[in-house]
Amino acid sequence: MHKFRRQKLLLVGALALAGGLVSLQAIAADGGDPADNVSGKLLLTGGVSQIEGSAGGGLTPWALIGSYGTQGQFGANAFYTRVNVQDYHLDDAGAMFGIDNRVEFSVAQQRFDTEDVGAALGLGRGFSFRQNVIGVKVRLFGDAVLDQDSWMPQVSVGAQYKSNNQGAVLHAIGAKSDHGTDYYISATKLFLSQSLLLDATVRFTKANQIGILGFGGDKHNSYQAEFEGSVAYLLSRNWAIGAEYRQKPNNLGIAKEDDWYDAFVAWAPTKHVSLTLAYADLGNIVIKDNQHGLYASVQVGF
Amino acid sequence: MYKILPCALLLAAGLMAGTTVSAQTAMQPAGSNAGGDAYPTAPRDPSLKPVFEQFGGKPGLVALMNDFMDNLMADPVTRPFFQNADREHIKVELVDQFCVILDGPCSYTGRDMASVHRGMNVDRADFNALVEDLQKAMSKHDIPFRAQNKLLAKLAPMNRQIITKP
Repeated sequence: MHKFRRQKLLLVGALALAGGLVSLQAIAADGGDPADNVSGKLLLTGGVSQIEGSAGGGLTPWALIGSYGTQGQFGANAFYTRVNVQDYHLDDAGAMFGIDNRVEFSVAQQRFDTEDVGAALGLGRGFSFRQNVIGVKVRLFGDAVLDQDSWMPQVSVGAQYKSNNQGAVLHAIGAKSDHGTDYYISATKLFLSQSLLLDATVRFTKANQIGILGFGGDKHNSYQAEFEGSVAYLLSRNWAIGAEYRQKPNNLGIAKEDDWYDAFVAWAPTKHVSLTLAYADLGNIVIKDNQHGLYASVQVGF
Repeated sequence: MYKILPCALLLAAGLMAGTTVSAQTAMQPAGSNAGGDAYPTAPRDPSLKPVFEQFGGKPGLVALMNDFMDNLMADPVTRPFFQNADREHIKVELVDQFCVILDGPCSYTGRDMASVHRGMNVDRADFNALVEDLQKAMSKHDIPFRAQNKLLAKLAPMNRQIITKP
């Protein structure tokens, strides 16, 4: 109950922050120089918030800098994501700031609820793992949107520091640590003539189930390079559909870990809000195989 | 492997400051060569002939440009760039320019994009606002989204001649 309240508090906090951000923008717009310092990016070109809080698709970060702040501007947004599979659910909330189309900072908190599996494992029904993620991303070169006369993608590097609150349980299942840092390099390109966006990301990670089950394990305890990819097709200015893949390591002897897939539809009616719905296939998670279900995410900001 | 990465990130951070400066210096001569001397605007692309038809030919472009200019004047970000300009002349030049890019029976006789925009202090947000005003006009004229993007893909690289304010 206590944890649930804390989660709710975070959600309220994120929404309040988002509300604050939107009114901040309204104030800026009232200041006589409307929209001159905010929201100068084209619709959907900031991506949405991926599961660890960075700008990207749903599962994987993109090289795009989040928010609608372009060169010489800043922008921010907040998100809430819910993933429901047969035997578990994940609540995920966070916020990000994009500065000068160059640097992105993000925070996110994930709460993974084990529902009945927790009882089966002797942890208690509804036992939850909570993980905080702090992310930073820097655009190195390229412009995914405007450089339409070359094949050069936009390339960014990033890091995600994660810390999990269930250290004792994680050690019991064979994880070597309750915190860790992922490093990634992303290349993203919009092929405007084809209305197609492609992303390829390589992540160096020790995380088990993105860190929900800790970092490192009895089978492997070193950084491994994992491939992640997204393809998105733009249906209109407001609608995009696509699919994603996220390769994952397999560090724990106790439970096999599968690669993740999703197929999504994203809708951005304005620059202040976007909704993403996806079908996600998460494979085996601890003692439950073939976990798949709905991924829903809302993002607000400017 | 994990020893290399923090180094790579540090290197990246170091490069960041460097690339901003070098990109600016490298971009300027490249920009003026591509846009100023070689050709005044984006080149004719014969593969876009079907797109020209989707835009409704030259009459379609003329009608589109009226709404485009109305949008630019209604948009507080773009209005300052157009309110004291000869807007009828700009519309004629834009029709010719788009017509040429889409392989229509036109020729562009206007000035090159770099010299037209010199000293106007156009930044990236201004450029993007203009793109959005064009998108709205194209949507109003029921030009298919994919056809819109084919034209925009040809126009986007001109940002290097048009955006002069870093």
